[in-house]
Amino acid sequence: MPNTSSGPRVGLFVTCLADMFRPSVAFATVKLLEQAGCTVEVPERQTCCGQPAFNSGDRKTTAEIARQTIDAFDGYEYVVGPSGSCIGMLHQYPDLFDPTDPYFLQATALAARSHEITSFLFDVLRSDALEAQLKQLQFDHKVTYHDSCAGLRELGIKQQPRQLLSHVQGVELEEMDEAETCCGFGGTFCVKYPEVSNRMVSNKTDNISNTGAHTVLGGDLGCLLNMAGKLKREGKPVEARHIVEVLAGMTDTPAIGEADYNLAQQL
Amino acid sequence: MQINTPFFKQRAHDALADENLQKALAKLKTGFPEKRAIAVDRMPEFEQLRDEGRDLKNHILEHLDLYLEQFESKVIENGGHVHWARTTDDANQIILDICKQVDAKTVTKGKSMVTEEIGLNDFLEQNGVQPIETDLGEYILQLRHDHPSHIIAPAIHLNLEDVSEAFHANHNRPKSSDPAVLMQEAREVLREKFVAADVGITGANFCVAETGSTIIVTNEGNGDLTQTLPKTHIVVTSIEKVVPTLEDMTLFLRLLARSATGQEFSVYNTLSTGPRREGDQDGPENFHVVLVDNGRSEMIGTEFQDMLRCIRCSACMNHCPVYGAVGGHSYGWVYPGPMGSVLTPQMIGIEKGGMLPNASTFCGKCESVCPVKIPLPKLMRHWREDEFEKHLQPKAARYGLASWAFLAKRPALYKPYTRMASWLMKTWAGKNGRLKKLPLASGWTDWRDMPAPQGKTFMQTWKEQQKAKAGEQR
Ligand code: SF4
Repeated sequence: MPNTSSGPRVGLFVTCLADMFRPSVAFATVKLLEQAGCTVEVPERQTCCGQPAFNSGDRKTTAEIARQTIDAFDGYEYVVGPSGSCIGMLHQYPDLFDPTDPYFLQATALAARSHEITSFLFDVLRSDALEAQLKQLQFDHKVTYHDSCAGLRELGIKQQPRQLLSHVQGVELEEMDEAETCCGFGGTFCVKYPEVSNRMVSNKTDNISNTGAHTVLGGDLGCLLNMAGKLKREGKPVEARHIVEVLAGMTDTPAIGEADYNLAQQL
Repeated sequence: MQINTPFFKQRAHDALADENLQKALAKLKTGFPEKRAIAVDRMPEFEQLRDEGRDLKNHILEHLDLYLEQFESKVIENGGHVHWARTTDDANQIILDICKQVDAKTVTKGKSMVTEEIGLNDFLEQNGVQPIETDLGEYILQLRHDHPSHIIAPAIHLNLEDVSEAFHANHNRPKSSDPAVLMQEAREVLREKFVAADVGITGANFCVAETGSTIIVTNEGNGDLTQTLPKTHIVVTSIEKVVPTLEDMTLFLRLLARSATGQEFSVYNTLSTGPRREGDQDGPENFHVVLVDNGRSEMIGTEFQDMLRCIRCSACMNHCPVYGAVGGHSYGWVYPGPMGSVLTPQMIGIEKGGMLPNASTFCGKCESVCPVKIPLPKLMRHWREDEFEKHLQPKAARYGLASWAFLAKRPALYKPYTRMASWLMKTWAGKNGRLKKLPLASGWTDWRDMPAPQGKTFMQTWKEQQKAKAGEQR
């Protein structure tokens, strides 16, 4: 079905966490983009958006990684990724260069055409076909949605995932208290200040389980790994998934941190 | 005040285990933010006011010298005195000298964070002048030899029982746990002090250049008694508090009350313009303004200039999940929360203050509520850059970052490395899908499981799939 149209050529920003921990999130993103008529390519020379260096105060390394990313995504009409945090970082690239540096203009251009996946689908593409596809899907669970900080406050992502989700059959969205409060991940923060981070994620998992939801959804793997890890440690029976897994109808993989039954059978 | 900032982690650890503190913080978390949200909802033009506040502060900071000079000449014209204090020592000495001139024994004080910053109380006591805090929260803290943990609700970390005990130990009256009784008790004790005091010291929320006035904003009215009853009134404030006109001041009053407590206006907004004039019913005979710099002028023209817009509303800490978890004392010095994490390193040095700008997830909530739109996360990041350049970060963190950066800048090496790491973690986790322990990541696994990778990396699988597709097409 897909790939035949003359839709936009999109470079997928995989994000390092999806690449390593949860490729299914990247595949779900590809599927959604292709369904929407995009031609998706995955530039080879991408690694990470550079946030660990940026937030550790290492501007030089950040700028080097930024240049590498800018070069890797040169020529794509859009750059799309399954993370508000990483795409938010791409939006910060212009700050790293002197306005006289040729990379400054390129960084500005990259920022302008980079989008988080739910925002891209909802704000940029907005197709009726997508709505129809979502209506074909079934996910018979009560879910709750965590608003990851960078997506929410840097990119204004709030309604987009909820709107898209509302078309999926069987989904019941129950908002948690303090959905907009940080889960305590914060990149290196969670290992530099583990006890503070633990308190923050404990508040989060309490709020999640108080909704009685079967699954917590979110748009950023960092936060999801953190929340899923805490839910598991506490023995709370809530599953955690990236929103694109539901939107792409790819929920047959085990949820984040869940036992892999296929593997169990193989062993 | 003693600097305990380097011990942030230990203090946070203790704070997290302190049940009473946690109860108090839980109340704070819902209290101020909810009230603020209601007040903001009721004012459709609030966003626009924030922009105006930011722009006006920026304008003031560009012309700070001009407005300060105008303010000074107006104060003098009104019969008052202005003193410039470059350092905290200068400020303390100036204040002591004024107290000595009038032979002061006791000094009443309105709430002032700048006097905390300069360590005034200890200094006065050491020099034979007894300061008496008259803000209820500050008064309780003084009885307990404690310090504020919040810039507008200084005793937020205490509960009723603490207050009851402090009063019982100091007032020689029967013990009570009835807030109304305690309040009355404080009133009676303080009333005597107000009348007896030789000097009244207050802070100022703003200094108005066009009139030479200072204003204090309170909800208790103690500040009014502090500044009108004694013969001498000393205003201790800092240079960035100046605003051009009364009209400008009202813009900030509107922003301040809503952002701080969700009030449309604070209960007492009291202007002081010079000493008592002939025919005035009351007011001090001497009026002094001490303008403290303490590193502020050094911030002008640097990436930290934006911080000088701060109007000390406390919204950033009220909404901060880190502050909400560990409370103000964990920050180890005068200013807590996000604004403290930017200001403290400036005032005590990044070598001692470095813990604070790092103790943030950059969630951005502070910036989103700041009435003058200070980009607090960005400023904390600037401190981290400063630390990085000075090699102040712990060795392990520096090496970790350097090895990660080495790989991240070399896609051809990065890929096999991530493939291996994913495979290792996956294999280790086995069928469980998660790890209970992970070397070098105990900060994570002490508290939560580490979900295991699914298997191959995306890049690897994608490449294989593309190859297979290409093969089919051939
Ligand atoms: S930084 Fe902003 S939010 Fe925080 S106290 Fe200052 S003005 Fe208020």
